[in-house]
Amino acid sequence: MIAELGLAALWLAAALAALQLLGGVIALARGEAEPLAGLVRPAAQVQALLCAIAFAALLYLFAVTDLSVALVASNSHSAKPAIFKLAGAWGNHEGSMLLWITVMALAGGLIAWVEHRLPERTLLATLAAQAFVGLGFYAFLLASSNPFARMVPAPAEGAGLNPLLQDIGLALHPPVLYCGYVGLSVAFSFAVGALLTREVTPTFARVMRPWVLGAWVALTLGITAGSYWAYYELGWGGWWFWDPVENASLMPWLAATALLHSAGVLAARDALRTWTLMLGVVAFSMSMIGTFLVRSGILTSVHAFAVDPERGTFILVLLALYIGGALALFALRAGTVAEGERFAIVSREGGLVINNVALSAILGIVLLGTLYPLLTEALGFRVSVGPPYFNPVGAIFFLPAMAVLAVGPLLRWRQDRLARIRWQMVAVAIAFTVALLAAWLLAGIALLPLLGMALAAAVAVGSVLPLARRKLTRAPLTLWGMVLAHLGVALAVFGMAADSAFTTERLVALRTGEQTSVGPWRVILENVEPVAGPNWTALTASLQVAHAGGAPVLLEPQARSFWAPAQQTSESALLTRWNGQLYAVIGGQAPGDGPERWQLRLWWKPFVTCIWYGGGLIAFGGLLALIGHVVGDLRRRRRWREARA
Amino acid sequence: MIGWRLWLPLLAVALLLGLFALQLGRPKDDFVRSALIGQPLPPFRLEPAVPGQPALASTDFADGRPRLLNVFASWCVPCAAEAPQLTALKAGGAEIVAVAIRDKPADVAVFLARYGNPFSRIGGDPYSQLQIALGSSGVPETFVIDGQGVIRHQHIGDIRAADVPRLLEELRDAG
Amino acid sequence: MRLLLALLLALLPVAAPAQDSLPPAPYAYRQLDDPRLEREARDLMDSLRCLTCQSQSIADSDAPMAGDMRHQVRTRLAAGETPEAVRGWLIGRYGDYISYRPAPGATTWPLFAVPVLLLVAALLVIARRLRGRSR
Repeated sequence: MIAELGLAALWLAAALAALQLLGGVIALARGEAEPLAGLVRPAAQVQALLCAIAFAALLYLFAVTDLSVALVASNSHSAKPAIFKLAGAWGNHEGSMLLWITVMALAGGLIAWVEHRLPERTLLATLAAQAFVGLGFYAFLLASSNPFARMVPAPAEGAGLNPLLQDIGLALHPPVLYCGYVGLSVAFSFAVGALLTREVTPTFARVMRPWVLGAWVALTLGITAGSYWAYYELGWGGWWFWDPVENASLMPWLAATALLHSAGVLAARDALRTWTLMLGVVAFSMSMIGTFLVRSGILTSVHAFAVDPERGTFILVLLALYIGGALALFALRAGTVAEGERFAIVSREGGLVINNVALSAILGIVLLGTLYPLLTEALGFRVSVGPPYFNPVGAIFFLPAMAVLAVGPLLRWRQDRLARIRWQMVAVAIAFTVALLAAWLLAGIALLPLLGMALAAAVAVGSVLPLARRKLTRAPLTLWGMVLAHLGVALAVFGMAADSAFTTERLVALRTGEQTSVGPWRVILENVEPVAGPNWTALTASLQVAHAGGAPVLLEPQARSFWAPAQQTSESALLTRWNGQLYAVIGGQAPGDGPERWQLRLWWKPFVTCIWYGGGLIAFGGLLALIGHVVGDLRRRRRWREARA
Repeated sequence: MIGWRLWLPLLAVALLLGLFALQLGRPKDDFVRSALIGQPLPPFRLEPAVPGQPALASTDFADGRPRLLNVFASWCVPCAAEAPQLTALKAGGAEIVAVAIRDKPADVAVFLARYGNPFSRIGGDPYSQLQIALGSSGVPETFVIDGQGVIRHQHIGDIRAADVPRLLEELRDAG
Repeated sequence: MRLLLALLLALLPVAAPAQDSLPPAPYAYRQLDDPRLEREARDLMDSLRCLTCQSQSIADSDAPMAGDMRHQVRTRLAAGETPEAVRGWLIGRYGDYISYRPAPGATTWPLFAVPVLLLVAALLVIARRLRGRSR
């Protein structure tokens, strides 16, 4: 009953999306006074409600483990903890698509409800574009991935959820990621709407910016959390592998970062009009391409799930429609969009242009490196592209971008002189030199981490300078947001450089009672005991670890065996200190005679946590900026209404 | 002048999507093939995989007779599945030698007792050293080695009934 | 407790069917005594692809074959081979696919040409802006 209700709501929502598209097209062709055009906004709002009902129905089915629904039967299990039962709703292809369309419909409903700043024709064109994107997803869900399909007869027990995915971080990962993708789809719709009516104005950028910011915050959180998940779950201490799926999540982020900054230029200075439109299209394209790569299974990855070539074909058709359509529109219209304001290279805009160029180049390299193996496969031979390619080649553009990031925010809009900020530049240069010399002389580390560390210091100093000589409490939230986000970049880069330069590794086989050391830590294996969890059994090692002279702490890494489905995972144990993390993993029993010895893998990773603190700080900065912009918009709106009243 | 350049992004995306469509349309080939086809076997000398049975060394291949070299393991399910085909190959006149990967002598003995022993020699490779030296990436795999000890052909995965005549033909060609 | 441990150990092979019974190779989970050699080994292992895994390096995989490859890398380096010789030896066996570090060559030149083109394009864009300033 509930499943049928959800399906009905989904069909109705799809019908309303069609109506929304039709109304928008009529408004474009004959003007917004047409009766059908008046239905566009209500259609978007009701559609949001219907999608919410459909998704709530799916959540309910998973909560009660209704095994007569095929999706529940193949992805859930009655012995699963409650939170993972719910997470099962989106831990699969159909459910995650439904989540995506739901978030998208909610976004459309919100725009239809509150947005009155754009010319009505542009807004209706935007909503029509959104309905066009949405219809593709509805067709996908209803034609080939119905999440509410029944299974006759109902099985006695479900198949379970991949144990690697039974993790709170990962349960929250997809929703966050989809919020990011949806935000970019909204930016895409705004870009298409603006292309259709040629209304590319600072207002357009201001209306689009919160959505880009929100998407960017979500993507930043998603990547940060995903990286931390890989770090502690895969059990080898690595946090970024340049795996295709990771790259698929990085590419939209890079495009969104560029879009965010170019939208800032458009909003403040009415420059970079066509470039911003282009990035709006590219950012959403990247999220669709990423989804395609992950779902179609044409690339090999550790993280791939829900792989199916038929779905791949469907997403590919959607990709061609969305991106092909938008780019054709771009080619036809971009030439007729009036050129924006001009500016000097030594100016805030100039710095942002360099930022955009560097980010786009990095995007190009990641795209090339990810797809090149696919290209050569089509030609009949195979190559692998991994960290030894991405790190140095990406650094060619990343390191100069960091240098510009340190001083760019200090420049004035339109035109400036470097002489005006010479003292700030001296401070940045001193930070750079001191960090460079300290890292080089004291630690003698390799070139890339060395430059990374020095530039991180320069950016850290440069990013707080805009707050100098300002009353901190009076500084606008948006400024705080920028400062914190840039500080986060410095922190994350510092963490990456420190991890690659200073990590020490210890692989040993110990008997109980024996000890070893890693970095400044002494580690004693006290014992190894079996434990039983809700749907797994495990070996738990008790490790007593102590810093020279410090009190000992207990660490308990586990080797888990799940039985539904059968799989083994290693649960690493982490000891976090302000200056790094001790990472412990228990492997199996080591070969040899006599009392049993156990394989231990230990790492001391100085300042590795800075990577994720940095990522969190970037997201927090973005959130502050988002709040700042939204509050500012609401204030302006109230003032405008009062002035009209 | 500017006009045509605006179409470049569309062109790039069209090429990209074309590549995607091409890759979607064909079956995914996950096999990693050995780069040693056409080259002589690397020199090796293995211990016997089962006590009492002859062991395997690269010098055993230099007598002018072509052979099949089967890479298997007692813990590998497809290896058990291909056992009847190996017997059929032997009945077809093929000489088959084998290397047991990461295996205990006792387990190999049980495996041979249960699924038959078509092998004239079996070497043990406890750390996959020969397997890596052959450019083999899994079990089971079967190599066709000619009388001069040159690798002529690699069959990846278990041998199905349909593969038997093909392998016999490869073996004849190598002779 | 002991009984449960024994039971669990007995269950482990059942949980993972296509697993072998032999313990890992000596240097699969053991570091070389010389820290310089171990660092070289680690760098090399980080850039070699595990063939039985999905897109992981042999340095971060528990697959038995990855362990055997680590054993090969470490013993070969300990025997005095250079890391590049070992990489070359493996490429000779498995082709370029085994190495995550593409070498510039007939099959990989676009990987290196495109970044150069991007760099030129980036400099051009910025140079145009610089000229725009004098206008």
